[in-house]
Amino acid sequence: MRAPGSDLSVGDIIAEDSVPLTRDALVRYAGASGDFNPIHYRDDVAKTVGLPGVIAHGMLTMGLAVQPVVDWLGDPARILDYRVRFTRPVVVDPEIGVVVSVLAKVAVLDEEAGEARIDLTVKVGEETVLGKAQVRVRLD
Amino acid sequence: MSVNPALVGREFPPTEPYLVGREKVREFARAVFATSPVNFDVDAAREAGHADLVAPPTFPVVIQEATLAQLLAEPDGGIDFSRVVHGDQQFAYTRPIVAGDELIARLAVTGVKTLGGNAMVTAESTITDQDGEHVVTAISTLVVRGEA
Repeated sequence: MRAPGSDLSVGDIIAEDSVPLTRDALVRYAGASGDFNPIHYRDDVAKTVGLPGVIAHGMLTMGLAVQPVVDWLGDPARILDYRVRFTRPVVVDPEIGVVVSVLAKVAVLDEEAGEARIDLTVKVGEETVLGKAQVRVRLD
Repeated sequence: MSVNPALVGREFPPTEPYLVGREKVREFARAVFATSPVNFDVDAAREAGHADLVAPPTFPVVIQEATLAQLLAEPDGGIDFSRVVHGDQQFAYTRPIVAGDELIARLAVTGVKTLGGNAMVTAESTITDQDGEHVVTAISTLVVRGEA
């Protein structure tokens, strides 16, 4: 992994992480964010809206996926823009939970502006759960 | 009822000021698996040049929430909350939110599109601080699923 100040190239992997998510993480995020939609803690309600079971808050997945980039940058103030598309729900098994993996790669380098675009690949198993997950950052 | 296309361009009154507390920042940081000391340790945040604890990048959603509630409550909006799915989310930052900020948000609807049986509503919440300075803009696209 390369530090923000060093010579970066497009395609460099700058961070990688795997986050185990369990139901208690969803309860904690519900409390912290104020999002108490029951599809994030009740299987019966999740099923009535056509989901296989309780799913993680999309904003929780978005929130945890950027953390490896924050750690790499050393300062959240270097993040200029962060966007994602919610492509697939993250189903959280009541017993074993689920593991969300994050791979952060340099997609665009603008050395003149001192900026880069970092693209995140966020997956559960082989399935991508966030699409077009992009973080624009200041490097200098 | 389907989503009212006349929502486009509609602007909402500013939300009540939201005072960002240190413990709220820590609570939110723990909830999104943040580990950076600037999220937890006031001295570390100040050494890094911030006024106080720094909130994680997705914290603006807490302030944005009040604006989306305004949108969903709009009597002629036609948005059935039980059919709403979060399509995409963007944050455009001028600076990170820090503890002690007193923030207000103003929502404007920037797009309503129908695609197949679904409607996509794009809402832009502009978040400013106690000095009226821009902090972050939070943009959500909500997908309102049509009746099958």
